[in-house]
Amino acid sequence: MLAEALFFSAVLFTIGVIGVLTRRNAIIVFMCVELMLNAVNLSFVAFSRAYGVAGQVFVFFVMTVAAAEAAVGLAIIISIFRHRQTVNLQNINLLKG
Amino acid sequence: MEHYPLFYTFHFYLFGVIAIASAICFVTRKSPVAAALWLVNTMFSIAALYVMMDAHFIGAIQVLVYAGAIMVVFLFVIMLLNLGHASELADVRSHRWRLAAGLVGLVLLAQIFALTRVRTVEALTLPAGTASAQLQQYGAVGSVAGPLFTTYLLPFEITSVLLLAAIVGAVMIGRHRRVGDAG
Repeated sequence: MLAEALFFSAVLFTIGVIGVLTRRNAIIVFMCVELMLNAVNLSFVAFSRAYGVAGQVFVFFVMTVAAAEAAVGLAIIISIFRHRQTVNLQNINLLKG
Repeated sequence: MEHYPLFYTFHFYLFGVIAIASAICFVTRKSPVAAALWLVNTMFSIAALYVMMDAHFIGAIQVLVYAGAIMVVFLFVIMLLNLGHASELADVRSHRWRLAAGLVGLVLLAQIFALTRVRTVEALTLPAGTASAQLQQYGAVGSVAGPLFTTYLLPFEITSVLLLAAIVGAVMIGRHRRVGDAG
């Protein structure tokens, strides 16, 4: 099942990348990043079955970092919304040259 | 090459297809709430795949942390910011971006098909059934907890510091500051 799991993982990652590139809503872009993290976790678990349990430990760490990232990222989004009343990435262009 | 029963293979493909279909629905929904709920569906299917690949503990954590905690925080923020109104709904980028996304997607898919043809390293591969034997011997939690608290103890401790920093950072950034409020 290694090849099939890697296939599913890669397709999910691709969907996440397409979402990040095509959507403008900051929250949806952020959820697409979570989807990409999930896809990578899936391939870690698939490999852990063939190469030892260390892959599952790594999935554990990735989940922790994802939780921390979600908390801080959503706080930043709330902060931006307070200042600009929007989460549309097209309107958040303060750093654009 | 391990041989799997048809029942197992069928359900493995079933959950994989559900995960991919939900993910496609997720990126195409206009409403953020509907998108978040499709993503929850994807995460549940991925948890089912974890359980089928002998990672029972990771499957449970996937449901608790991802589908349970992280997505609920996302839904809280969507509802807190009241993102359902019309100006936020039309949020797909222009044709140029969509073309770029399609090209990147094609390149990534081509890469996948190249990678799935690669043989795995035989010398590193554990004998078939090792994972399920380990699961029988140490239990679902013990097989992950063993290496986590011995070999990977230092990363584990660093993770706890990271979580503390994230909590403090989130509270500081998300705090509502009034005008004239010191600090």
